[in-house]
Amino acid sequence: MSKDTTLGEILRKQGVSRRGFLKFCAATASLMALPPGMAPVIAQALEKARRPSVIWLSFQECTGCTESLTRSHSPTVEGLIFDAISLDYHHTLMAASGTAAEAARAAAMEENYGNYILVVDGSIPTKNAGYSTIAGISNRDMLLDTARGAAAIVAVGTCAAFGGIPHANPNPTGAVSVSDLIKDKPIINVSGCPPIPVVITGVLAHYLTFGVIPELDSHSRPLAYYGKSIHDRCYRRPFYDKGLFAESFDDEGAKSGWCLYKLGCKGPTTYNACATTKWNEGTSFPIESGHPCLGCSEPDFWDGGGFYKAISTPTENIGRTAVYAIGAGAAAGLALGAINRAKHDKAVKGHEKVTIDDLEKGS
Amino acid sequence: MSGATLERGIHAFKEAIDAPVASFFSSCVRCGLCAHACLFYTETEDPKYTPIHKLEPLRRVWQHEYTFWGRYAKAFGLSKPVTDEELGEWESLVYDSCTMCGRCSMVCPVGNDIAYMIRRMREGMAASGHAPEGLIGASQRAVTIGSPMGVKLPALQAQIRHLEQDTGLSIPVDVEGAEYMCLLSSMEIMNFPEYIGAIAKIFKQANVTWTISSEAFEATNSGVQIGVSDIAAELVQRVVNAAEKLKVKAVISPECGHAYFAIRWEGPNLIGKPFNFKVLHIMELMDQLREEGRLKTTGKETQRLTYHDPCQITRRGGVVEQPRNLLRMVAENLVEMPEHGTMNWCCGAGGGVSSNERADALRLKVFSRKKAQLDAIQAEGLVTACSNCRIYLEEGLEENNMDIPVTSLTETIAEHLADEGQTGAQ
Amino acid sequence: MTETELLLWVRGPALQVATVIFLVGVAVRLLEILVLGRKVDLAEARGSAVAGGLRTIVMRSFADRATLQRNAFTEVTGWIFHIGFFVTLLFYAPHILMFNSVLGFSWPALPTPVIDATAVVTMIALVVVLIHRVANRVMRFLSRFQDYLVWLLTLLPIVTGYIAFHRVEIAPPPLLIDIHIISVELFLIVFPFTKLMHAFTLFMSRYYNGAIAGYRGVKS
Repeated sequence: MSKDTTLGEILRKQGVSRRGFLKFCAATASLMALPPGMAPVIAQALEKARRPSVIWLSFQECTGCTESLTRSHSPTVEGLIFDAISLDYHHTLMAASGTAAEAARAAAMEENYGNYILVVDGSIPTKNAGYSTIAGISNRDMLLDTARGAAAIVAVGTCAAFGGIPHANPNPTGAVSVSDLIKDKPIINVSGCPPIPVVITGVLAHYLTFGVIPELDSHSRPLAYYGKSIHDRCYRRPFYDKGLFAESFDDEGAKSGWCLYKLGCKGPTTYNACATTKWNEGTSFPIESGHPCLGCSEPDFWDGGGFYKAISTPTENIGRTAVYAIGAGAAAGLALGAINRAKHDKAVKGHEKVTIDDLEKGS
Repeated sequence: MSGATLERGIHAFKEAIDAPVASFFSSCVRCGLCAHACLFYTETEDPKYTPIHKLEPLRRVWQHEYTFWGRYAKAFGLSKPVTDEELGEWESLVYDSCTMCGRCSMVCPVGNDIAYMIRRMREGMAASGHAPEGLIGASQRAVTIGSPMGVKLPALQAQIRHLEQDTGLSIPVDVEGAEYMCLLSSMEIMNFPEYIGAIAKIFKQANVTWTISSEAFEATNSGVQIGVSDIAAELVQRVVNAAEKLKVKAVISPECGHAYFAIRWEGPNLIGKPFNFKVLHIMELMDQLREEGRLKTTGKETQRLTYHDPCQITRRGGVVEQPRNLLRMVAENLVEMPEHGTMNWCCGAGGGVSSNERADALRLKVFSRKKAQLDAIQAEGLVTACSNCRIYLEEGLEENNMDIPVTSLTETIAEHLADEGQTGAQ
Repeated sequence: MTETELLLWVRGPALQVATVIFLVGVAVRLLEILVLGRKVDLAEARGSAVAGGLRTIVMRSFADRATLQRNAFTEVTGWIFHIGFFVTLLFYAPHILMFNSVLGFSWPALPTPVIDATAVVTMIALVVVLIHRVANRVMRFLSRFQDYLVWLLTLLPIVTGYIAFHRVEIAPPPLLIDIHIISVELFLIVFPFTKLMHAFTLFMSRYYNGAIAGYRGVKS
């Protein structure tokens, strides 16, 4: 497809009606909490959008993020827009391989220097470059090199955003996030393990429309999707508030759809759009399917104290500590008590009889 | 080292602190409820009379000597050591505004026995020279003369002669093998000698053998009041020696509050071994006789009579029901004060307060508590079983222009004894 | 430190430290008292010291009628905040989960709205209690820095817990949870050094009081 074909032309060629296109723009506007008046602005911008160059680097990842995005087989609008991006480099999806692939990357960088979008999934090992290389180039080197000419970087998935699973204790590869290595480029973290597909497209649509990255939270995640916690949008919240909890995965409470707090749900401390946008085009999300939220869009979720340990429980063996502490305390107490007793007994032993002549001073 | 010094005082504090004292200081949450149970606070509304506050120097010594961090707090200047000046400031709190009545001990939500601690604190106060003049004098007289008021044997013998004349009964002295050896408080000997006549009559009717010891007749234990166990022990030993010499079954404590507490509860602990005789308050003995049917009375008092519980006998001593059992025999209109029995209010004069001239004004002021109790029930007569309570209740009533006669329980019983044989000029 | 790391630290090492200081501190304080001992009473007993002691442990929670009337305010507010504190602590489901993981057993929870209301009542009672402590002549006279510190450390877990539960928007909710747990850890750490020890020592002091009185035949 010609790089100069606008997005509007592509969509029309694919048979997307004007109405369908406008519906998408309206939906995108509302998803990003923009006023309805923005929908035509989005439509106009997307119409004229030329397919920007996108270089997608995959480092220590499981390819789940790519899978999530491309999961839809039927031609959805999201899929088409994806086609409307000039995806100049992507391990899983590109046709070329080997030196040809690397040459394509170099060419895209040169032609679009300063304007291409760099998308990264997977974490970057730092302990030893040999843990993950592409064409003999370490992940770290490739990232630093490719980032130079990027207009913005989108770190897709919790691995790229925060280090993810490779970063989990004991982090043998020294895995780090994109933000840990790149300090001089705007970075959007689209965390999640994997992220919700429509969140990605929403971020890209925002960038294509306005040419600037959306408003971000303290973790550089778009506020539009990561501004509220699962807990604050969860349909099971009334059960939490009432104190009705599932105690196990198949008890009456679980079957009645009660709150999964006791089963370790991390909803209260997790920020993502799962509870509202859901997955598979609004079909369901983990809690709705009966499994507690893992907190997968948060840093260190894998080490977050255990998927099945409720947030209110200690993460270490306090019971054992308590036993040792009581033992130690008893020993110390007995010793100190004995010192007290000795002091007291000594005082009693050293008692100087008080006679009637001792009742006044200086007698 | 002799004479009172701060060092001896602190040493005495150290001796006085045991597990109960340590637990009490650990538990205090500064709720102030003890103040509202203490007549010295309720009648003056001066917070310095808060019972637990009276113990502050002792508390600090506990902290410095018997707690882990307290030692360091003292070493690093975070907690001030107790000074002689401070003990001087506390003297009036510990002696003038506390009778060791123990009402605070009944009310403290965490269970602190504050009166127990005051008794122990007095050991250090006295050893450091901070006991009141009046009590020092009383103790000195008690040890050297045998009576805190300076009553010598001849004075007692004179009273005995009068009573034998009045009652026509003999008052036995130094009778070996008698069942009971009766002690007498100086207050009774000097101010209420009728008590001696009364017990003579009662014992005659009940056919009880008894005696007074010429070597140990004093019941009042000044040592307990000033808080010097060494002196208290010496006084108790005299009684023990006499009781053993006369081989009596039991020693009878007269109508005197602290005397009872001293001999019944502190006695064996002061001398370090159990007694081989019993100790009874005269009320306990009379009630026993009543139960055995050996006490026969006639006639009843008709006025609204109420009973004042001497703190050391009732709340601190455990003799609660006996006075009521006895009074019901001879009174048809017995009315209880709103707070009676173990929760009755102190007369304000016990625990050495009455021997302490400096405390006079305060003592009279706090009588208003007793006045309020009497007003609430419109009492016409007041009976009690402690001559110290009695004389100072009379003083308080007079100050307040209240015309309520105060009588002794024993004398009231004696007055109603059913006539049998000689009664003498009556 | 990421939020996850902070939450882990608060629920992990920080809690370990607080637990150790609390338990060692309490054990030491209790034994420092107990081992001092008390002399055997050589006077003839009139009643049972043990029965008296046990009786007073229970009955001292209930004031006699006249004392209650005279000190209604102190007594009632004291009851309310103590009961409220324990109900909020012991009968809220997430708390019971925490106790279960330490003790190995659990018990039924009260409905969360009940706990919510109890927490509100408790907080109000605690504020009232502070005002009383400052306004009341005797309490003001007796109170030291420690009394106010302990008040604050007792109130904070309830207030921070309430705020965390309701996710009041003064800070990110995970941080509110962290603050709540830290406030509890502060409470635990300070506990053995303050009058909070009365929670344990009152069993001893009430026992000694009742035993001494019971020995003499008095129900104290």
